[in-house]
Amino acid sequence: MTAPAPDASAPDLENVVMAARHVAKSYGAVKALKGVNFDIHRGQVTTLFGENGAGKSTLMKILSGVIQPSSGEIIFEGQPVTLQSTIDAQALGISIIHQELSLAPNLNVRDNIFLGREISGPSGVDFAEEDRQTRRLMAELQEDIDPRTPVEHLRLGQQQLVEIARALSVNSRVLIMDEPTSALSASEVDVLFKVIRDLTARGVSIVYISHHLEEALQITDHAVVLRDGAMTAYAPRADIDLEWIVRHMVGKNFNLGSPPTGHTMGSAALSIRELTVVDSHSGQNVVDGLSLDVASGEVVCIYGLMGAGRTELMECVAGRLRPASGHVLLHGRPVDGLTIAQRIRAGLALVPEDRQRDGLVQTMSVGRNLSLASISDFTRGFLTQLSAERRIITRTIKDVTVKTDGPDAAIGSLSGGNQQKVVIGKMLATGPSVLLLDEPSRGIDIGAKAEVFGLLADRAKTGLAVLFSTSEVSECLSIAHRIIVMRRGRIVAEFTHDATKEQIMAASGESLVA
Amino acid sequence: MSDTLSTATKPPQNPLWNAILTALDLLLRGRAFFALIAIIITFSILSPRYFTLGNMLIMTNHVAIFGLLAIGMLLVILNGGIDLSVGSTLALSGVFAGFLMQGVELTGLGVVLYFPVWAVVLMTLALGGFVGAVNGVLIAFLKVPAFVATLGTLYVARGVALLMTNGLTFNNLSGRAEYGNTGFDWLGFNRIAGVPVGVYVMFTVAIAVTFLLMRTSFGRWLYASGGNMRAAELSGVPVKRVQISVYVLSGMCAAIAGLVLSSQLTSAGPTAGNTYELTAIAAVVIGGAALTGGRGTVLGTLLGAFVIGFLSNGLVIIGVSSYWQTVFTGAVIVLSVLLNSIQYGRPGSRS
Repeated sequence: MTAPAPDASAPDLENVVMAARHVAKSYGAVKALKGVNFDIHRGQVTTLFGENGAGKSTLMKILSGVIQPSSGEIIFEGQPVTLQSTIDAQALGISIIHQELSLAPNLNVRDNIFLGREISGPSGVDFAEEDRQTRRLMAELQEDIDPRTPVEHLRLGQQQLVEIARALSVNSRVLIMDEPTSALSASEVDVLFKVIRDLTARGVSIVYISHHLEEALQITDHAVVLRDGAMTAYAPRADIDLEWIVRHMVGKNFNLGSPPTGHTMGSAALSIRELTVVDSHSGQNVVDGLSLDVASGEVVCIYGLMGAGRTELMECVAGRLRPASGHVLLHGRPVDGLTIAQRIRAGLALVPEDRQRDGLVQTMSVGRNLSLASISDFTRGFLTQLSAERRIITRTIKDVTVKTDGPDAAIGSLSGGNQQKVVIGKMLATGPSVLLLDEPSRGIDIGAKAEVFGLLADRAKTGLAVLFSTSEVSECLSIAHRIIVMRRGRIVAEFTHDATKEQIMAASGESLVA
Repeated sequence: MSDTLSTATKPPQNPLWNAILTALDLLLRGRAFFALIAIIITFSILSPRYFTLGNMLIMTNHVAIFGLLAIGMLLVILNGGIDLSVGSTLALSGVFAGFLMQGVELTGLGVVLYFPVWAVVLMTLALGGFVGAVNGVLIAFLKVPAFVATLGTLYVARGVALLMTNGLTFNNLSGRAEYGNTGFDWLGFNRIAGVPVGVYVMFTVAIAVTFLLMRTSFGRWLYASGGNMRAAELSGVPVKRVQISVYVLSGMCAAIAGLVLSSQLTSAGPTAGNTYELTAIAAVVIGGAALTGGRGTVLGTLLGAFVIGFLSNGLVIIGVSSYWQTVFTGAVIVLSVLLNSIQYGRPGSRS
């Protein structure tokens, strides 16, 4: 390490505009942040690096008043401050551009930019003045968008720029940008970087978060690396390179298991042939003529950045999305045209990415969530057999080791990891021969991750074909026999378990200039 | 979410306080039941005529109409939808049954067809199911919001009922022995062991629907798709089929209510059941169901219907003006929604 980490001492008042000291945040049993010290340098760009779930977004939400830390303090210009809400943060000149856009799609660009801060004139809102300021902001961003255009008519990248314009319009002193370039084209990124340099020249301090490492290296003045909720490294730009970031980001492997061995792999359980999925909004191919085989007993990992098409691929194979062309075969038999229910009965099950939105029924108990996908297995004639259901639930709770007060407990009473086990257990209870898991480790702690991967490895030994996706490179090198790298809907590389993290990340486009 | 849960539900150590909390929790969960008991006790004290067998049966017979509509409404609300058309479907069904009872004249053949009562009942049920199916297809496949789709059907069904009768009422529903179509009035008018048949009809439907919800896969599908439609779909639940089915069942419940009502009145008018859909929704809500879907029971809904019926009847008996009755009913609805949000708004109950 080339520079000492910011320690517990008071921040350097001259160079640090805002700082976090010993900031921790827990969600139930999950520690998202474990006592982080973080300095935002005055008039410079400080970039926060880290894998998904490392705690970057949590830290940014704390600094912008969206959530409150469980412990620790925030220091602004040398004074400890309490940010109860985003309004408190805005009063201090701190604003944030969220990763997920927070625009009202039905309102136009101008109304979005001035939402909640409308300029009053003698007769109501001074729309002319708002229009003028919006035009000026758009000119600054070199984007020719009419202030009266409804936001829903804009491309995603343009919407991102509107979001940035809104943050610029409040004359922020500290501007937090969480993945601002994920939807931008290369030329838009250039413009954004020019704007960032203008802002820093004017004394605005920027916190920057990006998965595109080299892109971030172009713009940043300081680098801070988070891993598993703790800060692992800190250095000014001059002292670091790409290799330094990757080394500190992924760290030593927490043992997430190794590919299961000692069983023979069967023939192809799942075959994907030239599959193409078209996004209904943009009309682009989100999955582009992709072919892939997964054998019985094999574990295959799909790695890719956000928007690489992993989710669409899985949802299409599971029957939720219709393919534009191509075929899906299960044990050599085509399943095209089958409904989700028919595919589940045929042995093809999906554990979706977002368990709150797609995995769990919050109004039902743990037990009823577990038995939801196998209702037909305990229905005789018209009637559900409650004792048979109970057997399935008890067995599944034991199989996937859900920690719960019992089958009748509310699903919301479980931790994230146990909720995820319920979703996985629900699909395993259907007795699948192919299991798809879209980001099964999302939002669960490292211990639960290891348990989930152990469970999948055990099932693979008994012949289950497992295809899981991840955006954390360290998870690729756990139980997977093969690692497939997806980018823009295509397979761009394939690795075995011997690959290095750097190879995988390079193939995904993560470390390349956008 | 989970951290607020662990802090908010941390139980205080005082055993007395715990007992009070448990009692309050019981009161909250069984609120419709306790409200009904309170209503019966209050009015029994205020009027000697209230708590008599005769009045109880009259009230229950009156409740039966709303109870039937509310059971159908419950199925729709469990699915996260709403059915505003039930009052109109009730009227249309009554008028349709009356129309069939008058005899259908086939103009070309110069013949008048008289249907036996069982056939009239079946055809009317089919009509109710058809209206529901139109709602269901509009909502599930054409993605019309349930509120708008059923609001449209509300007008169309009412209009068709008015067209069929030219705005008038069918009065002759008793049929004639020589045509073999007598017995229509049995449904609403007659009594078995002193209890009106309409009450039996309501309880039969209630038991059947309870069974449907608790013991069939359809019931499980309904609770799951109402709680989270995307998760249910990915678990293999045929969510569109479920969605259409609930509107069909709701339409059929409205048809049954229409049959019972026109039989009770021995007349079928096109203006019957006006705003009954709102009473049915109120009964479901008072019964503890969540308008967001996935939560609710038949028992609660019946209790809700009884609360509304027994309250308004009690107010009539003690001579409160009908204007005040409206105010009271509204207050009860708002209060019960308030309690619903306390029960379901507790941390961890919904994300």
